[in-house]
Amino acid sequence: MAEFETHSVDVLVIGAGGAGLRAAIEAQATGASTAVVCKSLLGKAHTVMAEGGVAAALGNVWPDDNWQVHFRDTMRGGKMLNNWRMAQLHALESPDRVLELEEWGALFDRTPDGRILQRDFGGHRYARLAHVGDRTGLEMLRTLQNRAVALGLEVFMECKVLRLLRDGSGAVCGAVGLWRESGRFVVFLAKAVILASGGIGKAWKFTSNSWESTGDGHALALWAGADLIEMEAVQFHPTGMIWPASARGLLVTEGVRGDGGVLLNKDGERFMFRYIPDFYAKETADTIEEADRWYDDKSVRRPPELLPRDEVARAINSEVKAGRGSTHGGVYLDIASRRPAEYIKRRLPSMYHQFKELADVDITAQPMEIGPTCHYMMGGVRVDAETERSTVEGLYAAGEVAGGMHGANRLGGNSLSDLLVFGRRAGEAAARYALEKGEQASPGQAQIDEIAEHALSYFANESGDNPYTIHHELQDAMQSLVGIIRTESELVRALELLDEFDSRAEKVSVEGHRQFNPGWHLALDIESMLAVTRSTTLAALERKESRGGHTRDDYPNPDPEHYGKVNIVVSLKNDKISVREEPLPQMPAELAAFFDEAH
Amino acid sequence: MAEEMAASSNDGSGSVVLRIWRGDAEGGEFRDYEMPAVEGEVVLDVVHRVQAEMAPDLAVRWNCKAGKCGSCSAEVNGKPSLMCMTRMSSIDTTQPITISPMRAFPIMRDLVTDVSYNFEMAKKIPPFSPAPRPADGVYRMDQFDVDRAQEFHKCIECFLCQNVCHVIRDHEDNKPRYSGPRFFVRLAALEMHPLDTLDRRELISEDLGIGLCNITKCCTEVCPESIHITDNAIIPLKERVVDARYDPIAWLGRTILRRPRPTPASVAGKTAPAARSGQLIFTEVPSSSPGS
Repeated sequence: MAEFETHSVDVLVIGAGGAGLRAAIEAQATGASTAVVCKSLLGKAHTVMAEGGVAAALGNVWPDDNWQVHFRDTMRGGKMLNNWRMAQLHALESPDRVLELEEWGALFDRTPDGRILQRDFGGHRYARLAHVGDRTGLEMLRTLQNRAVALGLEVFMECKVLRLLRDGSGAVCGAVGLWRESGRFVVFLAKAVILASGGIGKAWKFTSNSWESTGDGHALALWAGADLIEMEAVQFHPTGMIWPASARGLLVTEGVRGDGGVLLNKDGERFMFRYIPDFYAKETADTIEEADRWYDDKSVRRPPELLPRDEVARAINSEVKAGRGSTHGGVYLDIASRRPAEYIKRRLPSMYHQFKELADVDITAQPMEIGPTCHYMMGGVRVDAETERSTVEGLYAAGEVAGGMHGANRLGGNSLSDLLVFGRRAGEAAARYALEKGEQASPGQAQIDEIAEHALSYFANESGDNPYTIHHELQDAMQSLVGIIRTESELVRALELLDEFDSRAEKVSVEGHRQFNPGWHLALDIESMLAVTRSTTLAALERKESRGGHTRDDYPNPDPEHYGKVNIVVSLKNDKISVREEPLPQMPAELAAFFDEAH
Repeated sequence: MAEEMAASSNDGSGSVVLRIWRGDAEGGEFRDYEMPAVEGEVVLDVVHRVQAEMAPDLAVRWNCKAGKCGSCSAEVNGKPSLMCMTRMSSIDTTQPITISPMRAFPIMRDLVTDVSYNFEMAKKIPPFSPAPRPADGVYRMDQFDVDRAQEFHKCIECFLCQNVCHVIRDHEDNKPRYSGPRFFVRLAALEMHPLDTLDRRELISEDLGIGLCNITKCCTEVCPESIHITDNAIIPLKERVVDARYDPIAWLGRTILRRPRPTPASVAGKTAPAARSGQLIFTEVPSSSPGS
């Protein structure tokens, strides 16, 4: 095959969201030549859709807050399945990462004495989320983007990475990409590669995720021989828009509840009081009076609307199933009757705008209709807590594509802090590794040619399925069979369908030519989505208990004796995706003591 | 691909016809696509259905479909808009709906344009350069002051303001010396940032061409984030540039000291030399280039 355009760098970062940009900034600062490659234009990554805030125990609003409390909240929110060391590093370092953004130009909302203001969110004991109204992600991404531009970082935009390249020893040594504009291939040679590709939401029908979230990084890691963990742990955010149909799945920030909003069924009942699990009973208010006092008085217990997301999503699901849902099949989220209009507009401007523009609903006067939406993948590439190194040499992962930090369920606000803390750590570690390595290993031309030939093969397929058809069918299957509530028979059915999709996907026909061809790009994204959805389905079958974002109808309780002590690990075995169990890393006694006190 | 016209209505029954520009840098044509109308849709939904069912290779940029990323900018019936925030019920669907790419940028394919001009302009702007942290390590800012710059931070970089700015829409040759409204917004954000210390006025007037703007407010009208681009960003910047230019003390400073103007490379990652006293009043930091 012809020679391909080739770029050589020390560190290649795949993804230009918060984790990718933070990693690239650090890698460059550590002295490694660094480039970022992303599927869209710079500044469009899914991070811009993060709304409520970034969790960091700054203690600006409640001085009693500190890293220990944040660590404890995170582990309990994750149903103790988290990598304890990641949760600890995250709690320790997130305040510095937030302050650093301020030095780079981010403007967070302020307390009356001029410091960074923090807001309440589910599962966090104290008001902990630094924020900018309800567009925190945009502020963070733009700040990192401007910083990257100022540092002269090289950014390769609108380029889809097809496969990672490996040298003779199995270490990752680069990647092959596809310029979306021209349809031509490009080779990146790199001593270290950082995956920062985000999530997998586009494999489900109702999702808050953008088109880019097709699990590319999860799949690239898997194909390169890396382990993934907890792929069954998919977060359904309790509050997505459900109407109009076209807006279904769009995120409604948890900040609505943090700022006083409550959930009501069609009878006007504040139903969350009926869904307080034993695990959180000691810290959750069981009367309206106590719940409403909590916003100003942290000595009382928190409102049940601010239970972690997995609990709230399941409760909404149950209300709707019991026939107490709203007109369009969700429940009501009401802040209009609880807070003054001016307060709502100031705290939640983009929610106000979104409902006004898309649904003709004035959230200062009417309740919102909401329901669960596929939002976040807790699972991902298995990494070393300190360095974010995967189980494959030369390959690192940070942000949503990495697993472990959030356990079985992520607390709101912990992803924006995750991507800063571990983006920085991955950038530094990958840069050090690359600089020590010195020589660039060669992947060999045959490997590159094979990747390119495979990508082009779709044009030769005749009378195969349209890629959009397969995508829609995959989304329907995942939504109905591998959704919030799972059961063995449905998971087995999902695997049968995935077998069918696999064989149809190989024969997908692509119309037109190579230049900016979305149908072709989707065919390539489907490869990632099929690898990831199979990983999720297999892991969901394997974990025979209910824990966090993974709920099994046939195993409705947690199993602390067995499944509470293991990670479900997904990897390739003889080219087939397979699962196994491995012991969960155990935290040292001094940290474990935090949890004895709680119960 | 041309489709027959059909009866349609706004209430989600009948059908709609999208007249979409198809082509590349070499040329192209409008083609009609008829789709059943669906209640509650936005223009981007219908474009996606056209893609899925009739034209799988129809090139269009989009990401969030929630008005937050600014990717799906196009001209809908000639009006520059985000396709994801333009509801079908707001358009007369008894006629074909024309969808064309942004006009101010070179066409790549179909609705996708080459917006690299914007990314080049972004590189010209010297970054945020804060005053050092006070002794207690805490930057204190008043919410009132933060609000001013936060308005500009709402920008989603959809580039619709660039697209409608006639300085570049109708005069391609102005592009090298004119940054356009998007970057006046960015500059205003920096100038009004309570902690920033850099003086970018020379750059704003000389290299980024704010003088070419004659405040017709086209940019403000299309901004999906309702940023008051003209009133709150451009006019205050123009005033500051003029103040600097006609201030004899400033002129003296520029003439005598002849400091090199800041460039992105020279200031990235470094602490700026001096703090500005207050975010709204400029104390002259001498900076100039010969002959200005």
